[in-house]
Amino acid sequence: MASNPLADIFPPSAPPPAMRKQTGIEALNDALGLCLQRDPTTLLIGEGVPDPKGIFGTTAGLRQRFGPQRVLDMPLAENALTGICIGAAISGLRPIMVHQRIDFALLAMDQLINNAAKWRYMFGGQAQVPLVVRCIVGRGWGQGPQHAQSLQSLFAHIPGLKVVMPVFPDDAKGLLCAAVADDDPVIFIEHRWIHPLRGKVPTGYFETPLGKARRRREGSDITIATFSYMTIEALSAARTLARLGIEAEVIDMRSVSPLDVPAVLRSVAKTGHLLVADTGHHSFGVTAELIARITCQGFDHLRAAPASVALPDLPCPTSHAWAGHYYPAAASIAEQALRVCGVRIGEAQRHELNTLQSDTPADIPNPDYCGPF
Amino acid sequence: MYLQERRSTLDLFRQMLRIRRVEEALAARYAEQEMRCPMHLCIGQEATAVGAISALGQDDRIFSGHRAHGHYLAKGGDLTAMIAELYGRASGCSKGRGGSMHLIDTEAGFMGSTAIVGGTVPVAVGAAWASQLRDEGRVVCLFFGDGCFEQGVMHESMNFAALHRLPILFVCENNHYAVYTPLEERQPARPIHAIASAHGLQAQELDGNRLPTVRTAADEAVHRARAGDGPQFLELHTWRWREHCGPDVDDHLGYRAPEAQADWLARCPIENEAARLHALGLLDDIGRQHIENAIQHEIDAAFDAALRAPLPRVEDMYGHLHGQ
Ligand SMILES: Cc1ncc(C[n+]2csc(CCOP(=O)(O)OP(=O)(O)O)c2C)c(N)n1
Ligand SMILES: [Mg+2]
Repeated sequence: MASNPLADIFPPSAPPPAMRKQTGIEALNDALGLCLQRDPTTLLIGEGVPDPKGIFGTTAGLRQRFGPQRVLDMPLAENALTGICIGAAISGLRPIMVHQRIDFALLAMDQLINNAAKWRYMFGGQAQVPLVVRCIVGRGWGQGPQHAQSLQSLFAHIPGLKVVMPVFPDDAKGLLCAAVADDDPVIFIEHRWIHPLRGKVPTGYFETPLGKARRRREGSDITIATFSYMTIEALSAARTLARLGIEAEVIDMRSVSPLDVPAVLRSVAKTGHLLVADTGHHSFGVTAELIARITCQGFDHLRAAPASVALPDLPCPTSHAWAGHYYPAAASIAEQALRVCGVRIGEAQRHELNTLQSDTPADIPNPDYCGPF
Repeated sequence: MYLQERRSTLDLFRQMLRIRRVEEALAARYAEQEMRCPMHLCIGQEATAVGAISALGQDDRIFSGHRAHGHYLAKGGDLTAMIAELYGRASGCSKGRGGSMHLIDTEAGFMGSTAIVGGTVPVAVGAAWASQLRDEGRVVCLFFGDGCFEQGVMHESMNFAALHRLPILFVCENNHYAVYTPLEERQPARPIHAIASAHGLQAQELDGNRLPTVRTAADEAVHRARAGDGPQFLELHTWRWREHCGPDVDDHLGYRAPEAQADWLARCPIENEAARLHALGLLDDIGRQHIENAIQHEIDAAFDAALRAPLPRVEDMYGHLHGQ
C-alpha cells in the first residue's frame, strides 16, 4: 500500500487526523450527518431514507437528528423529484438524493441530462445546481437485468455531470463530503459491495478532492487502473501477480469524471503496461475511454497493447449459475495482466491463477475481501 | 346455482388457495438459499389477482410488476416453469435470465412482469392499443401498486388510454404501503380512483379481499372495455402479509400498526371465501381437504421437476440478446 495515502487531504505538515475503523456504511452515514450538521441548507431525500432499513444503514438515525423537513422519504416519482431537487438547488438548497438502485435513476435521465447538467452553462453561469445523486449499484443474489446495472459511462458521457465511485470507507466519506460541498451536480455511485468493506477513516469533517485517483499499491511492471469494486479484485490479483514476479501498481481512479488521466500517465511512464478494470460493460465504456486517453497521450510509454477487464456486453442475467461467468474477478485481472506483460501462461501461472478462484459463490461478496484495509 | 357457476366459484377458491400454498412453499424453501433472487410474495392479496383475472378470457393479456406470482398463476402461467425460474434453471419461464421479478408465459397471456416500478404500465397500454388497431377484441389487464400510481408514466399512460378509448383494465392493488412507507407519507389524502376518474377512466374503489366483489366488478369492467367503452380502473384495497421482499414476516420492525395488521389478517381473502362457500353449501371439510391434497400434490411435483432441471450452461448466457 502506498505510503501516506491521505497526503493529498491531510498534508504532512498538518497534525495526523484521528482515525477510526469503520465500514463503508458507517463512513457514509457519518458523512451525511456531518454535511447535514455543517450546512442547514443540506437536504437528504429518497425512497426509504427514513425507513427502518435506512438505505442499507447509510441514512440510519438522520431523521431523528435533523428532523422530517430535512431528511425525508419521497413518492415513487424519480423524474419529478429530481427536477424538484434541481429547482431547490438553484434556489439555494443542497439536496442529496438517494436511489437504492442506480437503475431507478434512469427514470430521471431527462432532468439530470437536460437540466441539471446544463443549467449553469446554458444560462451563462447565472445559476448553479449543487445536487448530489447517490446511486447504488446492485450485485448478486439474482439482482438481474434491471437491478444490477453499472451505468457510470452513461452519466460520464454528459458534460456537466461529475461522476464519483468510491471504494474504501475513507474515500466514501471524504468524496461524499466533497460532492455535497461541490456547486455542480455530482452522480455519486456506490457499488453495493463497498458497503461492508472496513478501513480506517479520519474522524470529523474532511473533503477528498473529486477527480483525483489514488495509488493503492506501488509496482513497477504494470499499471492496473481500476474503478469501484474492481479495485478490490485488482489488489487481490496483484498479490498473486507478485508471486509470479510481476509487480502491479494499482490505481483506484475514484472519479470517472473528471478522469485523472495524469495520474495514470505518470504510472504508465514507469511501468510501460496498462490494464484497466471497470464494473461496467466493455463497449463505449469507461475502460475504453481511459485506454484511449493513455494511448493518445502516452503512446511512447506503452511497451505493449493495453487491455481491459469489464462486464460482457449483455444485460445481467439473474440465474446464479451465470454469476461467476458474468462478473470478471481477480483471476481475470491477473490473467489479463500477465498477457499484457507478455508472460506466457504455463503451468506455474495456471496454478497461481487457480488459487484466486474463491469458494464463495460469485453472487455474494467474498468475505475475505472485507478488509480492514 | 347452476352447476357451471358452482364449479367456477369453487375453482376460483381453489385458485386462491393454490397461489397461497405455492407462495408458502416458496417461503419455506427460500432459507435453503437455492432460490437466489429477490422475491416479493402476494400472500394476503390473492383475491385481487384471481378476482380480476377471472373476468378475462384465454386470449386476453396481462402485465404486472415485481409482485407478480399470483397474477402469473391466476392467468394460467406454468407453475413448474415459474419455480424453475426462481431456482435459476434453464427451463425457467424466462430461461433463467429473469428470476421472480421477470416472469412470462405468452401462451397463457401473461405478457411480462418487470422490476422497475411503472415499467410495464405504458407497455400494457401499447398492447391494448395494438389490440384496438388490429381489431383483435382482446382486453389487456395491468396490475400495479399504490406506489406505482405515483409515477409520472402512470398518468401519461392513463391519459393516452382514455384519449384513444383503449380496451384496458387498470388494477391498482392498494396495499397501503410501498416497502416500509405508508401511503400517507407519499400521497395527499384523496382517493387514487378519483384521479383515474379525472383522467377519464371509469373507476371504482372496492374491498380487494372479497373475491365475489372483485369478480363482479371486474366482469362488468372487462365487458365495458371489450365493448369499446374505453379504459377501466379498479382500486382494490388489500394488505401484504409478509415483508416487502423476502419470505418472512417483518412486523417486528414496527412500521405497520399491530391493530391494522390484526384487522387485515382477519379479512383473509381465502378463509372469508371458504366461509361463504360453506354457508352456500358448496364446500365442506372433506371437499376442502381434497382441494388441499390436490394442490399439495401439484406443488410437490412442480418443485421436483424444477429442481431436477439442469442449471443453464455457461455458453448459453450470450443467447437472446438479438434475434440472430
Ligand atoms: C422506479 C423504481 N423505484 C423504486 C423501486 C424500488 N421498489 C421496488 S417495489 C417498491 C414499492 C412499490 O410499491 P407498490 O407499487 O405499492 O407495490 P407493492 O410493493 O406494495 O406491491 C419500490 C419502491 C423500483 N423497483 N423502481
Ligand atoms: Mg403498495
